[in-house]
Amino acid sequence: MSRVLVGVKRVIDYAVKIRVKPDHSGVVTDGVKHSMNPFCEIAVEEAVKLKEKKFIKEVVAVSCGPTQVTETIRTALAMGCDRGIHVEVSGKDYEAMGPLQISKIFAALAKKEEASLVILGKQAIDDDCNQTGQMTAALLDWPQGTFASEVTIDGEKVKVVREIDGGLETIKISMPAVLTADLRLNTPRYATLPNIMKAKKKKIANMKPADLGVDEPPTRLAGVKVETVDDLVAKLKANGTI
Amino acid sequence: MFPASRYSIQAQRCIRALKTVQAEHAPSQHYTWGRNCSSAVMPRITSHYTIFPRDKDPRWEGVEMERFADEADVVIVGGGPAGLSAAIRLKQLAKEQEKELRVCLVEKASQIGAHTLSGACLEPSALNELFPDWKERGAPLNTPVTEDLFSILTEKYRIPVPMLPGLPMNNHGNYIVRLGHFVHWLGEQAEELGVEIYPGYAAAEVLFHEDGSVKGIATNDVGIAKDGSPKDVFERGMELHAKVTLFGEGCHGHLAKQLYRQFNLRENCEPQTYAIGLKELWVIDEKKWRPGRVEHSVGWPLNRNTYGGSFLYHLNEGEPLVALGFVVGLDYTNPYLSPFREFQRWKHHPFVAKTLEGGDRIAYGARALNEGGYQCLPKVTFPGGMLIGCSPGFMNVPKIKGTHTAMKSGMLAAEAIFPKVTAEDPASETAGLHIPEYEDNLKKSWIWKELYAVRNIRPSFHNYFGLYGGMIYTGVFYWILRGKEPWTLKHAGLDSAQLKPAKECTPIEYPKPDGKLSFDLLSSVALSGTNHEGDQPPHLTLKDDSIPVANNLAIYDGPEQRFCPAGVYEYVPLETGEGMRLQINAQNCVHCKTCDIKDPSQNINWVVPEGSGGPAYNGL
Repeated sequence: MSRVLVGVKRVIDYAVKIRVKPDHSGVVTDGVKHSMNPFCEIAVEEAVKLKEKKFIKEVVAVSCGPTQVTETIRTALAMGCDRGIHVEVSGKDYEAMGPLQISKIFAALAKKEEASLVILGKQAIDDDCNQTGQMTAALLDWPQGTFASEVTIDGEKVKVVREIDGGLETIKISMPAVLTADLRLNTPRYATLPNIMKAKKKKIANMKPADLGVDEPPTRLAGVKVETVDDLVAKLKANGTI
Repeated sequence: MFPASRYSIQAQRCIRALKTVQAEHAPSQHYTWGRNCSSAVMPRITSHYTIFPRDKDPRWEGVEMERFADEADVVIVGGGPAGLSAAIRLKQLAKEQEKELRVCLVEKASQIGAHTLSGACLEPSALNELFPDWKERGAPLNTPVTEDLFSILTEKYRIPVPMLPGLPMNNHGNYIVRLGHFVHWLGEQAEELGVEIYPGYAAAEVLFHEDGSVKGIATNDVGIAKDGSPKDVFERGMELHAKVTLFGEGCHGHLAKQLYRQFNLRENCEPQTYAIGLKELWVIDEKKWRPGRVEHSVGWPLNRNTYGGSFLYHLNEGEPLVALGFVVGLDYTNPYLSPFREFQRWKHHPFVAKTLEGGDRIAYGARALNEGGYQCLPKVTFPGGMLIGCSPGFMNVPKIKGTHTAMKSGMLAAEAIFPKVTAEDPASETAGLHIPEYEDNLKKSWIWKELYAVRNIRPSFHNYFGLYGGMIYTGVFYWILRGKEPWTLKHAGLDSAQLKPAKECTPIEYPKPDGKLSFDLLSSVALSGTNHEGDQPPHLTLKDDSIPVANNLAIYDGPEQRFCPAGVYEYVPLETGEGMRLQINAQNCVHCKTCDIKDPSQNINWVVPEGSGGPAYNGL
């Protein structure tokens, strides 16, 4: 009973020039062309490939964000995912959300859906954090195969070839596990029109982070600038960090 | 060749000098005509299957070419004002009369509005008919026109022209809109009514029944490599069959081009004549912002025989935004003219520069537009389909508005189609419905009256005095006589035939872009957000790969390097040997269609690339 959770993120298309809002509170997103994060496309493709090779039974596409992310989930469904989950977060909460909250959501969903694999893109092209996959694995206490350029399932284990600074590293990890997709893992298929039409009939479940026991992200505090290293050490001692 | 006896001594000297120049350049001309004598190897440019059919291509042997097909009642190609208005009207009628109707709309842009570009001053007449409650529905018409200025520009000065009521471009009662946002709103209204909208899928092929009537369209194939071979991810497009197919591809649509030939729709009208419009959006200094102000100009930097002018609209949508742009008629004769650089240098005029100084440019785009009007309207119905919107071309040129007529044509098409597609027995001779009632309705509507009244204004520019002759004609015959004169003037013919050979013209010295008011081409193209999948055959196909260097470069000095607003065409030196070759940077294309229109050899055939490629305009 193998189920895979795939995370997809809706980001501003890579070819569009970013414009900062006049009030400097963020970037302009209204009406701007968005598309699925390229690494998420690769993650979806890998999950669908695993299903086609009959290693897994069901692929569930998950995205967190406002109503527009359902379009991105629809594209994932058109690429071959079976159903979708839309975790609704909008407005200020969405802008404040970061990898930690997303990882908490994914960890909760992975447990709820009894997933054997969570496949994510290695990073999103808007924030380039490269943290969600690793944090999710840590929260679940699952092994992780990040920067995967080749994935093979071998019984209860997964062989992952990772792209690292020195070259390629091959590891064997047991399932359940978290994988993050790197560029050379595969070439994603197109979401063709007949599949988009079929995808309209597939289910997308709706839920809120609270339903999964994840609370709102804390308000981000402003940073503080200090003049010297001594000041820095003093401040860190004062707030209890060291 | 020259009857020398008829000329003065100076002229004879001049003619002799010209002949020497010709003789000097003749050898290189022979060289670039290249078929037998050139030793340079020209790399192949075109690999598209419309030029090299796949059934004869060994790389495609054994590839599954079956297409998935689906049926709808009406299929609409193009999600612009015309297509969306037609879809909305069909669904409104279906709701009123409690009938079921499946309407599918395909659009090549990644989202509705992303390929839309226009000034624009919207005349709400058609919108009032379509949605009398548009204000409550939240239509983005936020800027009523408050001031209307018209100027004739000289290099340093401005001659104001009074905007008398009754003149065609008087804008009282109209709204300045960001048409991309308006079209996006129309798309939302259409989806609410149940229209199936599929952005990101381009209609690449017209399908025909056995009896020759239109059966529907097929969307683009995906996964073809740059050299024309199939990739692993190759998948065929999908067929959408319909009782009637509406083609609303906008100005100079590529499927419409095919349909004109197939059904001989242009046998009783003049060839369409066009202009190119380039546009930018600027955030300006608040002190200079006058929301609701409309400014138009003619004159500098164009000479009196080149049709064109500018627009500058102050929007009222929160931040101090202005939409400005420049239009150049594509019947210009000098191959050294660059519409993009005319636009950039116009911004330096003191009257324009003072508004833009201290501002920031945030968007750029370009699109061809129709200038032909009444004389160029083709037959718009044929068995199985009809043409709507700017595709046949209902733009009112002197008013500089085509959105209201495009919308109305879509609505009229819907009203003509509805009884036929919902009838129990359509009683049609052909499998695809032929609905000539649409054309009859057009002729009885205000579109026809409007276009007829202004039919002579644009052609009146074809006189020795050019612009000034045209303005005098407009003043007398339109403003006083309302277009009731009994004659109909003709246009000059095909735009592509108007270019004079380069040797008869003087190159134009354009100023260098200063990076504050004027900019270079490539940074402008980057602002359009345009992109295409790199590994696909260039969609700017050439019927004959050797003609650009042999003809366009040799005789006209390669005008496509100048008229393309996206830098797609470049003549670069060959890697080995002497001579030049044409390089097509298909990824830059902004889908303006100017090259297909203006190519003097008519060798370029623009076809649709993979869907969702192209510009990413946001409210242009």
